[in-house]
Amino acid sequence: MNRTYYGKLIFELSKQGRVGYSLPKNEFEGYSLVELDATLSRQTELSLPECDELTVVRHYTNMSNNNFGVDTGFYPLGSCTMKYNPKLNEEVCQLPGFNLHPMTPAKYAQGSLKLYDEVQKTLAEIAGLSRFTLNPYAGAHGELTGLMVIRSYHISRGDTLRTKIIVPDSAHGTNPASAAVCGLQIVEVKSLADGTVDVEALKPLLGPDIAGMMMTNPNTLGLFEKQIPEIARLVHECGGLMYYDGANLNPMLGVCRPGDMGFDVMHINLHKTFSTPHGGGGPGSGPVGVRKGLEQFLPNPQVRLTPNPSLVERGADTSAYELHCETTPLSTREGQGVSPYVSFFLGNFGIIIRAYAYLLSLGKENIPMAGKLSVLNANYIKESLRSHYKLPIDTVCKHEFVFDGLLEEYGGDHHDPEHVTTLDVAKRLLDYGFHAPTIYFPLLFHEALMIEPTETESKETLDDFIAVMKRIAEEAKTNPQLLKTAPHDTPVRRMDDVKAVKEPHFTYYK
Amino acid sequence: MQTAKHSTPLPREGQGGGVAFKYFPHTADDIQQMLDVIGVRSLDDLYAEIPEEIKLHRELDLPSEKSEEEVRSIIQGLAAQNKPLVCFAGAGSYDHYTPSVVPFLASRSEFSTSYTPYQAEISQGTLQYIFEYQSLMANLTGMDISNASMYDGSTATAEAMLMCVAAAKKRNRVLISATMQPAVLAVVRTYAKFHGVDLVEVPEKDGVMDKDAAREQIEKDDVAGLIVCQPNRYGLIEDFTGLADLCHEHKALLAVNTMASALAVLKTPGEWGADIACGEAQSLGIPMGYGGPYIGYLCTKEALVRKMPGRLVGATTDADGRRTFVLTMQAREQHIRREKATSNICTAQGFMCLYVACYLSLMGPKGMHEVNEQSYASAHYLHDELLKTGKFEEVFPGSFLNEFTLRVKGDAHKLREALAEEGYLLGVPTLFKENCLTIASTERRTKQEIDNMVECIKR
Amino acid sequence: MAKVIEGLYYAESHEYVRVEGEYGYIGITDYAQDQLGNVVYVDMPEVDDEVTAGEEFGAVESVKAASDLFSPVSGTVVEVNEALEDEPELINKDAFENWIIKVQLSDKSELDNLMDAQAYEAICK
Repeated sequence: MNRTYYGKLIFELSKQGRVGYSLPKNEFEGYSLVELDATLSRQTELSLPECDELTVVRHYTNMSNNNFGVDTGFYPLGSCTMKYNPKLNEEVCQLPGFNLHPMTPAKYAQGSLKLYDEVQKTLAEIAGLSRFTLNPYAGAHGELTGLMVIRSYHISRGDTLRTKIIVPDSAHGTNPASAAVCGLQIVEVKSLADGTVDVEALKPLLGPDIAGMMMTNPNTLGLFEKQIPEIARLVHECGGLMYYDGANLNPMLGVCRPGDMGFDVMHINLHKTFSTPHGGGGPGSGPVGVRKGLEQFLPNPQVRLTPNPSLVERGADTSAYELHCETTPLSTREGQGVSPYVSFFLGNFGIIIRAYAYLLSLGKENIPMAGKLSVLNANYIKESLRSHYKLPIDTVCKHEFVFDGLLEEYGGDHHDPEHVTTLDVAKRLLDYGFHAPTIYFPLLFHEALMIEPTETESKETLDDFIAVMKRIAEEAKTNPQLLKTAPHDTPVRRMDDVKAVKEPHFTYYK
Repeated sequence: MQTAKHSTPLPREGQGGGVAFKYFPHTADDIQQMLDVIGVRSLDDLYAEIPEEIKLHRELDLPSEKSEEEVRSIIQGLAAQNKPLVCFAGAGSYDHYTPSVVPFLASRSEFSTSYTPYQAEISQGTLQYIFEYQSLMANLTGMDISNASMYDGSTATAEAMLMCVAAAKKRNRVLISATMQPAVLAVVRTYAKFHGVDLVEVPEKDGVMDKDAAREQIEKDDVAGLIVCQPNRYGLIEDFTGLADLCHEHKALLAVNTMASALAVLKTPGEWGADIACGEAQSLGIPMGYGGPYIGYLCTKEALVRKMPGRLVGATTDADGRRTFVLTMQAREQHIRREKATSNICTAQGFMCLYVACYLSLMGPKGMHEVNEQSYASAHYLHDELLKTGKFEEVFPGSFLNEFTLRVKGDAHKLREALAEEGYLLGVPTLFKENCLTIASTERRTKQEIDNMVECIKR
Repeated sequence: MAKVIEGLYYAESHEYVRVEGEYGYIGITDYAQDQLGNVVYVDMPEVDDEVTAGEEFGAVESVKAASDLFSPVSGTVVEVNEALEDEPELINKDAFENWIIKVQLSDKSELDNLMDAQAYEAICK
């Protein structure tokens, strides 16, 4: 991406006495903070930068030039679904009518509540489930919320011994981490050589202590778990529920729905499947959907459409949206209930508006097409590069696939301590203006290189990427050092990660 | 289950062939050529391994695609069904001024369309603003370090609770002040219930936490931490003198939840001697936006860094010796530690760090003081004017900043509804206090607005 | 090739025990440190903590990995190697010299379940 390094910090541009804001003159005479007791007041200096407006604008603009985004170039980052973020979405979410205080009475927030419900209903149709909450803020937060639903379901039936959750060894790291936060013990189930769940290994794990099983399908290798009906049957038979990690939902859109696969609870990452921007690490949105019969375990507040006589005068439609709270859906035998809340209010509402614009734009015709084209793009890259990179599992993939490093003839033999690693390939890609794929995940392979192109990339872009990947393989054979010291053409070079941990500097001040 | 096979129709012919949809670049030729390379005949063949009985075999029951103008018009229509009220409510979300520069800079898509900055060489922009955010929040709270954001103030406080338990290793009891913001308390309770933390509420006395009750609990030597709130759910400023020493004597941690903007003028968590500072930073220039996206902050002492949840950016040098920034201390996180991670959080509210960094850079120390001065003045003026109407009475003694609680002599609900009809949002109903409203003001409220609303109340 | 020392007891999870009388010095093997790369932090238990054979007692952290430590034997921690608090990289310099915890062994028969140098060398190949 060859842009000049810009390394200044805002603190270094500060000069005492400058301001970058303007406020009206204080109209309220006779009241001042000096009245506040000194024991309750801040005594230490507030060392914020002091800058004029242009200084701030230039600073952050220059900083943005050192950043790579989907709008800058191709982002084949496996398991992250870095599709194009439409600009119409950005426009409509800024409409002033949506800037409400969260405690605005429902009567004055009907538009927002309706939008929430429309998105909820659309996701339910896409997922093949009954109802969604849009309150969770991100995928991992959705997992936690969904697992709470599963635990609540068991506890509500007096089935309090179900404290274990089954997670495949190839799962995203968030799955076991979310289960741990939810107070569940993790039972790992092994994958077969082709990366799918070993059904025979699963059977002995099932019992009266199993709350459920978490899966993503297609799995983290981009392979569809064909045994899913059988797995769901076995887990249900033992009394557990099936949780679908929606990180890999994109290729399934309109073709095969999690609800029809046998899942009971799932989350969707709006910032993956439904085109809202990743924002360099959020804000995302992780709606959670449930099968019929589990709705009462979703977190509060819930948006409901209820008949409202006070709106009769508006015409025939007497319904209005209301905020509904389930009071104590979690009562246990011991009588300790809790009204579940996972967020301040209705989640990242601004993100939900963006996703709605996307869903409306695509409609029933294009939502399935998004999935199919993402699968087309992934398989096209896979078939075009298997001549240079090791393909550990040779089958049609879904939205993503994994290479296990370079082929041996291109220096990829990982038994050789001097071999060209996946990290080297990834760093060299940056020189050619591409973001790197996901590397060293899943952990089933030594040199995992996980590629997910998404449907919004053209054949020309994919062809460029393929050509560059082949060229890098040739370089690995003829000039491995070029890769080992890459990147060369980025604003900065490889970092000293060890120093960052051992001589920690987390703030400007120390 | 339907058995009729539903296959993808051939790509519709647009002007250039292919699928002819603005977000898909594939022409019919492209698709054919790519299918040929893959060695399959149709897009549907790419799904051949999926058992037929679980495939959908029908169209999604959704509306047809919409043009840009249609989408805009539908969403504008929804926005028009809302009625934003002149805001005198707080309870965790405040109507502060946002300098126009903030959303302008935040619209740069080099920032917004990027992923978590794992490839540091091409992500210095993101890493740098997060580093600035961490520095700014550490200074505001008076703590050593800050992470790269939490989802919101409520989950940040829940994570603070989990941190207390993790740091204490063998203790599982956490105390929380009953004066905590209700929305925060509800989330912390939920996390505690499911994680299995023994969360005990410390009762209130005269609208603030009963310190004697807290002392009694802490002296039992089985408490991992105490979480308090500033200003509290009634808007009152609490005095935490002695709490940190008490906690530390009994090997418990002190966590203070503070509304971020107030940190510029109120005694900081660091000054109180807290181990963890957490809360909501929406008050730093982020629009109310019907509850999100906001940004939770979590700051702590350097000694607790390995117990901290979330991402963390550190300074280092690159191969050419230049100062650069990277994600660091990743061994705490879920993608490496899985179930042993300090938290399950990965995607948080990273982009909102940019909002906060831009806002604080523009405001500076002077602006932050001025915002608080004006919010204080306008809230106190409103407080006094409301009392003068004779329709309100005081509930608690004690100082407040920009939020306060009054009892309505009469039906608070009806009054609030009547004012909403006039276009005003007068506070939020105070939980468990009959006919009370917790009311807030900010520098955005003019004297005219207050006087007009008070006129409505007098009528 | 990673170093393996005669006379120590080895666990499959790549910890070793050096037995001196009733005490055992527990650390990670040279092979393990090599796999981890630069060690940046060692999470150690406290003196007087109990450890149990096969159970976790701490973790070793490198920049982009973290590995739980499993005790090969049961007993009471009598000493932790405090030098590792400031210089965790000592483990990379010499993993066998720089043990992590010293344990008073509660059941010496557990040593029979561990591998000798030869057997351990075989699993590292």
